Amino acid sequence: MSAVPSSTTGVGHDGGNRPAALPALRPRSAVHRVIEWFVEAGLLAAAAFSVFITAGIVYVLVTESVPFFRHVSIVEFLTDRMWTPMFAEPRHGIMPLVAGTLTTTAVALLVAMPVGTLVAIWLSEFAPARLREIVKPAMELLAAVPTVIYGYFAVDFVTPLLQQAIPSLPTFNMLGPGLVMGVMIIPYVSSLSEDAIRAVPMLLREGSYAMGAGRFTTAVRVVYPSAFSGIAAAYVLAISRAVGETMIVAIAAGQQPNLTFNPLDPAATITAFIVQVSLGDLPHGEIGYQSIFAAGVTLFVMTLGFNIIGAYLRRRYRQAY
Amino acid sequence: MVNRVATSTILTPHRHPPHAGHTPLTTPKTTWPQPDETRQDEAPRGAAPRRIKAEVQDLSFYYGTVGALHGVNLSFHEHAITALIGPSGCGKTTLLRCFNRMHDLYPNTRYEGRIMLHPHAINIVSRDVDPIGLRMRISMVFQKPNPFPKSIYENVAYGLRLRGVRSRSEMDARVEAALKDAALWNEVKDRLKKPGFDLSGGQQQRLCIARALAIEPEVLLLDEPTSALDPIATARIEELVVELKQRVTVIIVTHNMQQAARISDYTAFMYLGKLVEFGTAADIFQNPKTKETEDYVTGRFG
Repeated sequence: MSAVPSSTTGVGHDGGNRPAALPALRPRSAVHRVIEWFVEAGLLAAAAFSVFITAGIVYVLVTESVPFFRHVSIVEFLTDRMWTPMFAEPRHGIMPLVAGTLTTTAVALLVAMPVGTLVAIWLSEFAPARLREIVKPAMELLAAVPTVIYGYFAVDFVTPLLQQAIPSLPTFNMLGPGLVMGVMIIPYVSSLSEDAIRAVPMLLREGSYAMGAGRFTTAVRVVYPSAFSGIAAAYVLAISRAVGETMIVAIAAGQQPNLTFNPLDPAATITAFIVQVSLGDLPHGEIGYQSIFAAGVTLFVMTLGFNIIGAYLRRRYRQAY
Repeated sequence: MVNRVATSTILTPHRHPPHAGHTPLTTPKTTWPQPDETRQDEAPRGAAPRRIKAEVQDLSFYYGTVGALHGVNLSFHEHAITALIGPSGCGKTTLLRCFNRMHDLYPNTRYEGRIMLHPHAINIVSRDVDPIGLRMRISMVFQKPNPFPKSIYENVAYGLRLRGVRSRSEMDARVEAALKDAALWNEVKDRLKKPGFDLSGGQQQRLCIARALAIEPEVLLLDEPTSALDPIATARIEELVVELKQRVTVIIVTHNMQQAARISDYTAFMYLGKLVEFGTAADIFQNPKTKETEDYVTGRFG
């Protein structure tokens, strides 16, 4: 393999003048090249694997929903205002499920984005180092609680509490689970945002302080915008997490497809519908069974959309410190 | 001063326009002494007498228990450029950062001694002096350009907004004046809404100078402002700094002895946290009194 004769490197010959510490310049050995090939191939395989899995999921979703769209036109799917695929006279309008998903997500984000962001700013800019070491892992436990527990927490604790303030609130509604879901995703926002905020160079903070700004002004007007591309990534992850959350809404939101954006109403989300249907014994190939794949495609498209927005925001606000 | 228009850009360090929103330098328990406008200092040989803007008296500074400055005594002349030179670790940047109390941002730092800011003879490293109020009046430009993630306009307006300037027309006029003072206006006047990051390194540093000038500071602190720039951008900044001394007292830290020799009126050579020699730039570079200074300025060490 050492096709290049050492003389062409031009070094080996005047060995007497070379400092002893420097290794001789030689062509790369064959063994090294083989090892590097394996390392590169292994890394490529790891990367390809996740891409392959994603492609597989998309393939299954699409092929399983094709029969569904033979029965139901896309126009009907997108414009019908009822979603009753299990009824004797089924209706297949996805919008009630989309509305439920968007409403619970919006409620969750109204909790998680401001609270998560403020927690991140506090952790990185204000909290003493020791307190941060305690609070951060404690916050992250919120995301470790099984979501089924959050679901019953919403039904048995949060909704009754809300009913004290809003007596007309039904037992199943979108507000309670939305709020609980918001609490659950606070650490997704705060942890990632804090990492982004701490990566902002001290030089920028010093620039702001040197102009006579205080800590809060510096945090809000200089540090937060500097870290915004990372914070936007945190928001997008939070959105995807909220859109895809299943158990909390399945348990606490009522499982009634309902075309409404009012969080005080009961409703079903896309994920809640999928889990509801898959708990029953549905034979393969039936329209009811195929409908969950159509719902799944919709969910996938929504999440993909949010991720594209996130990628755009990251690029748009990326700072070259 | 209230009707300051774009073309009248003279900064008068002793008269603070009330609209500029200067916060009182001291907490209420300290009262302002009467201005001592007549105070003069014996100027170094050959120089006309000038008023003293700031006096460092027996200043020591500690990071934790480690001393970084040891009993420094030094005077800074108004409307002059004073350069602090010396090898890395000599304390020149530490001294500069005492002037706007940047050390207060970090725990376990301690000042001993005084920095008297004239004409009011306020000891600005005293605990009674609010560092935020101080930074409203002494501005700083850093080693690396650090524009904020905002538009060019908003970068310059930042300090003015902090000082409570609300009027749109006043803001426009003062931003334009500061950009002209920083010799940047012609290059950016058509893209004030563009992010500051879009500028080249030298332009970014001039933007930071404009930001520092917009608040009409009494003292401008420059911490190796050209160390990250190429020679052409450096030359522009040097030219600019020389012009600025008409309006503001300039203290510049530099690693570059040629730069100190080119632009400074007075030069202080520091070594190991102590002031070794202070004098006019001409004396320090052509006629140094101590062996260490001579060795350093002739490039024999450092």
